[in-house]
Amino acid sequence: MKSMLNVALPKGRLGEKVYAMFEAAGFACPSIKENSRKLIFENEEVGVRYFWVKPSDVAIYVERGAADIGVAGKDILLEYEPDVYELFDLGIGICRMAVAAKNDFRDDPQRTLRVATKFSNIARSFYASKGRDIDIIHLNGSIEIAPILGLSDVIVDIVETGTTLKENDLSVQETIVPISARLIANKASYKFKSEPIEAILQSLAAMAKEQK
Amino acid sequence: MNIQEPVLKNDEKIVFRLRALYRSLGYTQYKMSKFEEYDLYAGNKDFLVSDNVITFTDTNGRLMALKPDVTLSIIKNSQDGPGVQKVFYSENVYRVSGSSRSYREIMQTGLECMGNIDDYAITEVLMLAVKSLERISPDFVLDISHLDIVAAAIDALGVNETLRAALLVAVGEKNLHGIDELMTKAGLSAQLAEPLRRLVTLQGAPDRVLPALHGLVSDEKALQAVERLERIIQALTAWGCGDKVRIDFSVINDMNYYNGIVFKGFVNGVPAGVLSGGQYDRLMRKMGKRADAIGFAVYLDLLERLCEETPLFDVDTVLLYDETTELQALTKAVETLSATGESVTAQRVVPPKMRYRRLVRLTKGEVEILEEHA
Repeated sequence: MKSMLNVALPKGRLGEKVYAMFEAAGFACPSIKENSRKLIFENEEVGVRYFWVKPSDVAIYVERGAADIGVAGKDILLEYEPDVYELFDLGIGICRMAVAAKNDFRDDPQRTLRVATKFSNIARSFYASKGRDIDIIHLNGSIEIAPILGLSDVIVDIVETGTTLKENDLSVQETIVPISARLIANKASYKFKSEPIEAILQSLAAMAKEQK
Repeated sequence: MNIQEPVLKNDEKIVFRLRALYRSLGYTQYKMSKFEEYDLYAGNKDFLVSDNVITFTDTNGRLMALKPDVTLSIIKNSQDGPGVQKVFYSENVYRVSGSSRSYREIMQTGLECMGNIDDYAITEVLMLAVKSLERISPDFVLDISHLDIVAAAIDALGVNETLRAALLVAVGEKNLHGIDELMTKAGLSAQLAEPLRRLVTLQGAPDRVLPALHGLVSDEKALQAVERLERIIQALTAWGCGDKVRIDFSVINDMNYYNGIVFKGFVNGVPAGVLSGGQYDRLMRKMGKRADAIGFAVYLDLLERLCEETPLFDVDTVLLYDETTELQALTKAVETLSATGESVTAQRVVPPKMRYRRLVRLTKGEVEILEEHA
């Protein structure tokens, strides 16, 4: 029996884009397009098995070997620091990790900065690199509301277009790091399934070159 | 005592096999206590896999730690002198493991070789690493790197410490676009890092990688490292251990402690490396030792899940008896049933959820079969 390559895809629009890239790279799995409630899709002919998982969980599936490869945003990789290979920048899902605050915000360096975020690890290391004392307020969603209600001074979050910020009278103060989707691989899988992983990597790289 | 292998769990079997292997080349077992003074770890935190240590205060007020690591204790107690000290250990260590972020007891086996580390000593340790992996699973690879080669490629860029560390992380992740990004961010041309990028992409069988390295490396120290790798790989191949060895420069151990040859072993079916090691002369210097050293550890906690089938039954036979059963008849029946090498449990009622091969009842000294599963 041919061993299957397990691929974890992030649920949602980004995942669909990623699948299209994999399909173009010769790893199609037609059943994935049928609208069904199935979670796992296989194509034995090309030896690939896809599954949709929550975007922030992709790194865990790959690190623990349930998936051999996967696609995760750089934000997730920076936040959880999984022990995986980061093989390729897919150049999609582009956004940035940024510090945002109310339009009239003025930083008072004499006080501890209150930072509301979903990305505690990123926020902590960013401010540690500047030697700034901060108080992290970990929230799981609707981060934008925190400075409006005075819960925090600033937020650290993903900014795509900035529309949500604008509508709430917030603005970007500083960009921490640009974000895009990355192809990651489990370190052990990379040794034992190097052929299909390399094949995917090569065709993705070739496709990226063409687009340039 | 004669222990039958089927009685042992998979990881226990492997421990026994590894011990026999290390003993056969004259390594002696190093047995130690579970505690060590915390000071030993406080000074060398970066060397530990995780810097969390379980501490407690001893009766005399000293701060002690449950061992998170064995190598440091072995070095501390080693004596500088002629000859090479060869020891192996098989100990439980306590540290934060994996993504659970909580303390676990981890069974770890490994060996250390301290003294004048020449080509033979390195070859021997690598051979033992290969044979260790072989005893875990037939499907394995050992990735070998030489830190001097990677260090030379990074030093050639003339970058500061912070960028150097970030570049090393990128190399460990095989993150080519990350290397470019870091260079651009530092205001340097990404083109400069081309030799480093080539080094990361260069991976695989030594007979393919090593010749290609000559064209890539110009630094004298790095050239010596390539030559050493060549000699050692040649010797390993002659020892019959060459075909599963690969060169891969993404094997990065902390350069504050490690130098020279470093390696990592993987077996198919375990998601992370199960064997890790290298030369750690720098750590020896830090701890005031003149000798050089090389060693590795096998992480046995990862092997628990390796291809072991869950047994179908908890017990072969459940022997039912009741208050009318004569005691001597019962002991006799238990003796006879267990003498066949099968397991038997005497019970008044079948315990809930117990899975058994057959259910028998002892009535009037006779064993009567009630149920039998294949």
